[in-house]
Amino acid sequence: MYKIDRNLIVNTIKEMIMETTRTLGSEVIKSLESAFGNEKNNIAKNVLSKIIENQRIAKEENIPLCQDTGVCVCFIEIGRNLIFDYDLTEAINEGVSVGYTEGFLRKSVVKHPLNRINTKDNTPAVIHYDFIPGNKMIIHLAPKGGGSENMSTLKMLTPADGREGIINFVLETIENAGGKPCPPLIVGIGIGGNFEHVTYLAKKAIFRPIDDNAKIDEDRLLEVELLERINKLNVGPMGLGGNTTALAVKVNSAACHIASLPVAVNLQCHSARKKEVTLIGKEA
Amino acid sequence: MEKKLNTPIDDLTRESLTIGDEVLISGTIYTARDAAHKNLVEALDTSQKLPFELEGQIVYYVGPTPARPGKAIGSCGPTSSYRMDKFSPKLMAKGLKVMIGKGERSNELVAEVKKHKAVYLMAIGGIGALLSKTVKSSEVIAYSELGAEAIRKLTVENFPAIVAIDSKGNTIF
Ligand code: SF4
Repeated sequence: MYKIDRNLIVNTIKEMIMETTRTLGSEVIKSLESAFGNEKNNIAKNVLSKIIENQRIAKEENIPLCQDTGVCVCFIEIGRNLIFDYDLTEAINEGVSVGYTEGFLRKSVVKHPLNRINTKDNTPAVIHYDFIPGNKMIIHLAPKGGGSENMSTLKMLTPADGREGIINFVLETIENAGGKPCPPLIVGIGIGGNFEHVTYLAKKAIFRPIDDNAKIDEDRLLEVELLERINKLNVGPMGLGGNTTALAVKVNSAACHIASLPVAVNLQCHSARKKEVTLIGKEA
Repeated sequence: MEKKLNTPIDDLTRESLTIGDEVLISGTIYTARDAAHKNLVEALDTSQKLPFELEGQIVYYVGPTPARPGKAIGSCGPTSSYRMDKFSPKLMAKGLKVMIGKGERSNELVAEVKKHKAVYLMAIGGIGALLSKTVKSSEVIAYSELGAEAIRKLTVENFPAIVAIDSKGNTIF
């Protein structure tokens, strides 16, 4: 059996939060730079150049990329040979609390959707657990902004709606959202599963590397076609027009009921902050 | 070429702005987002005094991150404006003339902007680090219990924005 020290978890989460809120991944920067090169619309070019300049200033001045430092979303993959003699969820939330407080980050979580009382340390995080073989633990973390989350959608299509139904729903979502989710976007799409699983698939999709292509043919072909069609909508950076509406489209699928065709669209803004860290368990 | 605007922005200057114009604002602006708007409108509805005089003013929809010691403000980009659509007409009726936020607004709101000869400016979302460099001072003037959502009086220098709804009711979207 193997163990991971509780303090290591707390510190890792804290560091991941501080880093992701201030530094954009190099793959996202590269993608923004190439979008800038391909963009023809002048306002769009100006917006993209400011987005690129912003990440440079954030890093240099040690200041968050965006004032919305999000709700912390974690996908935790736990090696089956690990044992925990502490509450893992509590440890993660402690890391969130320390990270948001010491990192001068905005606390954007309220205790109840109706009483709207701020929890003051940005806890709790939204955490999903899964198991993997071995003795390691992989943490995928993203501070997820509210603007893009608010424009995300779910629809229970019928099998007869098929591929065209999915495409139309995605395009409709992005057109209706316009500039509100801060395009250029990374569009995470879930298809199949059931009502709650499809949203999980869509959220997981935005965690995939920007240049990663789906393994399943149907999903990959959808990704290619959707990216092209989304970028013809002329929504553009911040909704001001242009051909850079999405930087990437990621489709994740799952088996589903014979009567169903669930589809979920989770939008990730250009402030696509995320990170992955692997911790190795020590023999206990 | 960007147009330089100094606050308070006079009627003539404001009414000459057209959609797509890029502007650089210098002077005083006030911050307010969801919770502060709710408070302001409640104060108006119950005839209480407002924390600042709305006449001719500029309201920026933002909830900044906490400032590091020695800095005027933290990251401070715009939040989505449509959530304020319900409240803004009442504020415009009391003299508010300029709103800054991000994203589209409702058709009803566009009509109100036209009616009050106000303007809606769009700042670029997600560039709060860059925008923080234009903020020279920041002071909480009301609703401090709201934290990031408190009303702040900001002094800005060359704060960049784009005219998204002009006083004639044209929109950029
Ligand atoms: S949608 Fe993203 S970039 Fe825009 S304000 Fe929210 S977190 Fe920031």
